[in-house]
Amino acid sequence: MSWDVVIGLEIHCQLATRSKIFSGAPTAYGAAPNTQANLIDLGFPGVLPVLNAEAVRLAVTFGLAIGADIAPRSVFARKNYFYPDLPKGYQISQYELPIVSGGTVEITGDDGTLRRINVTRAHLEEDAGKSLHENFTDQSGIDLNRAGTPLIEIVSEPEIRSAREAADYMRRVHELVRYLGISDGNMQEGSFRCDANVSLRKSPDAPLGTRTEIKNLNSFRFIERAIEHEIERQADILEAGGSIVQETRLYDADADETRSMRSKEAANDYRYFPDPDLLPVVIDDAFVDGVRDAMPELPDARRKRFIADYGLRAEDADVLVGQRPMAEYFEAVAATAEPKLAANWVLGEFTAALNRDGTAVADAPVDSSGLASLLARITDKTISGTAAKQVFEAMWAGEGDADSVIDAKGLRQITDLGAIEAMVDEVIAASPEQVQQFRDGKEKVIGYLVGQVMKASRGKADPAEVNRVLRDKLSGG
Amino acid sequence: MTAMHELTLTGMRDGLRDGSFTARELTTHLLARIEAAQSSLNAFITMTADAALAAADAADARIRDGSARPLEGLPIAHKDIFCTDGVRTTCGSRMLEDFVPPYDATAVALLADAGAIVLGKTNMDEFAMGSSNETSFFGDVHNPWREGLSPGGSSGGSAAAVSARLVGAATGTDTGGSIRQPAALCGITGLKPTYGRISRFGMIAFASSLDQAGTLTRTAEDAALLLGAMSGLDPRDSTSVDAPVDDYVAALDASLEGLRIGVVQEFMGEGLDADYAVAVRAALAEFEARGATLVDVSLGNIGLSVPTYYVVAPAECSSNLSRFDGIRFGHRADNPADLEDLYRRSRGEGFGAEVKRRIMTGTYVLSAGYYEAYYLQAQKVRRLISADFARAFEEVDLVVGPTTPTPAFGLGEKTDDPITMYLNDIYTIGANLAGLPAMSVPCGFVNGLPAGLQLVAPAFGEGRMLAAAHQYQQTTDWHQQAPEGWS
Repeated sequence: MSWDVVIGLEIHCQLATRSKIFSGAPTAYGAAPNTQANLIDLGFPGVLPVLNAEAVRLAVTFGLAIGADIAPRSVFARKNYFYPDLPKGYQISQYELPIVSGGTVEITGDDGTLRRINVTRAHLEEDAGKSLHENFTDQSGIDLNRAGTPLIEIVSEPEIRSAREAADYMRRVHELVRYLGISDGNMQEGSFRCDANVSLRKSPDAPLGTRTEIKNLNSFRFIERAIEHEIERQADILEAGGSIVQETRLYDADADETRSMRSKEAANDYRYFPDPDLLPVVIDDAFVDGVRDAMPELPDARRKRFIADYGLRAEDADVLVGQRPMAEYFEAVAATAEPKLAANWVLGEFTAALNRDGTAVADAPVDSSGLASLLARITDKTISGTAAKQVFEAMWAGEGDADSVIDAKGLRQITDLGAIEAMVDEVIAASPEQVQQFRDGKEKVIGYLVGQVMKASRGKADPAEVNRVLRDKLSGG
Repeated sequence: MTAMHELTLTGMRDGLRDGSFTARELTTHLLARIEAAQSSLNAFITMTADAALAAADAADARIRDGSARPLEGLPIAHKDIFCTDGVRTTCGSRMLEDFVPPYDATAVALLADAGAIVLGKTNMDEFAMGSSNETSFFGDVHNPWREGLSPGGSSGGSAAAVSARLVGAATGTDTGGSIRQPAALCGITGLKPTYGRISRFGMIAFASSLDQAGTLTRTAEDAALLLGAMSGLDPRDSTSVDAPVDDYVAALDASLEGLRIGVVQEFMGEGLDADYAVAVRAALAEFEARGATLVDVSLGNIGLSVPTYYVVAPAECSSNLSRFDGIRFGHRADNPADLEDLYRRSRGEGFGAEVKRRIMTGTYVLSAGYYEAYYLQAQKVRRLISADFARAFEEVDLVVGPTTPTPAFGLGEKTDDPITMYLNDIYTIGANLAGLPAMSVPCGFVNGLPAGLQLVAPAFGEGRMLAAAHQYQQTTDWHQQAPEGWS
């Protein structure tokens, strides 16, 4: 039996501020436990929160990026519950009046067409600390370094229809927040994590079924697998005539299954109410305009432009736009070089070298103008593509710019037709067997013969020219 | 010569400046009085004698070399709700019996920067929840006017200390009347400024939208002196307000001539002690004789202020006090069996009955299904009460009435009936709900016990209000009466 799947996602995204949302303590990850928490983060008696303006700016940036409404007045509320890693006994969040409402995220639907997923809201809140249950006997440790870290919680409408679409939605949001510098998006460190609400119904017209919530999915692979499992689990229950219990479930990546965490009955009454320690966040048009003016071109627009203006393939445009420094590097190269060639090189040799050395684009030894001048030498036939790879490696190793490496290594391409014909004649004479095969119609042999000529030229002949001369001579002879 | 302790804060300042006595002499004298009074009044929870004497010597040096600051050498006490760096701050609770804050409240730091010397931390109702000082973990405070009577609360220790001439002045906090009511019951001057005038940073929160620090002094002039030093925008308190801090002392000279005073009709009728009413009317007549105009005003919704307050304040307190969980600071139960047990017993043992009552009330009114009926409804009524005051201030400069319905009552007299206790704040709560500045000045005696006149001003109208109180105190001597045995 086939089910109509309904998925809504809540993404918790850590904002890339230097200090916490309500205190001046640093947000740096990985410090010794409880060294990045000050009296405010610890919830000491008498302390008060003061809102970090940068967190507001980043939330507004996100809102504008998805075409959402920015609330002229939003309100912080307290979400009350007891837990040892929640120092104040309440989390400061936004409830009735979030800073961002509406907006859409474009994903690729299961049928390959573009789908717009509506975002319900995105609100500002503080993160809790961490409870550490390992390495302690009969006790739990508490690390409050993360307490007070700024987050936006991005809530989608229940419009996602499959595990694959959910992962795609998460990827798109991830790409966007990283691209705009809203978040470092580091999923291992918990900077970007997701809860998924999943329910099934018989048809799109049927009322929504009972949903379950899967908590803390922190990879694209996990979200897809966890939701797939949950869909299967629910379908099995429904098909056996059972009913779904509304509950929170946890995905166990090792066992590759979801299991119950708590039922709705055990859920807290959070007793939300407006936080009297904080004034409403008032945002005027001038502020919004300022954020909008400072925003770069968004990934979607850039992707479309790469395809239309540079004639790139959609997959290549995707990869280039996935990382803003890469997209910018590519554009700088393509400003003077042939765009497709530039894309091949940026995605090929350049990316390979970055990955091999673990280098960031900004720190790459070959900058965009260096690569552009190398590509110019390919285009003007000074060197062959094969030779260019040698030149690139030398440039990467710091041996000089493209022209000086070409000269130093003697890689200038042989363009003298007489010299090429002489080498072709030599290869024909030395390879009677292959020549015969070619003449018998074995077309592929031409590759071997070109290779022999290239070898004789030590890579310096223009392979296209060699190919042409070879064919001339073989068919003419 | 007048004994040093008989002087007002301003008088002490003058005495220090003209060399009549030194800060060390003054401090030593008052420390001895505090010590002697402790067994009968129990006004202090912690004394800071060593630090005070060291500060006094430093103050004397400054006075000698001409670098004295506005409050140089003036002996004060802080209500034990203000965090003091390195000095135990209990909030009157077992929960914080051993809590030593690592920082100073902004108000504490400002007064220290102005040269004031802290002699100790005063007793108070637990977490400022109470109107009689009987909820303190550290025992009842007695009213200097008569042993066995309550000094009022929650700033009862501060009020008793000022009334008994143990300190020149004291700080307090006022959430529903906690400065004005004890000031009235102890025959002194108590000022609660506009919400946001003094930073709340470092003041242990009871109900954040109502809490406001203020002063307990002998005179309006002393209140003006202290208020100027404590006020101003604090970047660490988002609810503090960036309004200019007036020269409150300079403002005191404003005449009563032409001042329009609104007499709140709802406060002068049923529930008010008949003799108390006589004292209040006599005070009003004095204002009129000095050139003020009396106008009857009505605050139509003020009758709803007590129930409104007892929804809003407990709601906020139930959340504010969640941080006392036995995990990071404060009382922690011995040998907890598990997390639930740790919470249950740490809080069960650490909090007293009145605090628990309010936490439960607050938790209830914020619960799903009750939030709209209680909390939201209370917020609506709160706006109506603010609007009533705003309408009154279109016609008058100040509104006045009694501070409390009766003079001081006996310790133990109202502890069995929280509602009766809550009604003690019936006249004072409105100013907190509306965020307005208000003060109580002594205006006579009922059966030998002080009565208080309450003045309420528009937001940031402290200057005008203090001037009216000061002018009143120029031709009356109620504020100069000392309780027997403490002069």
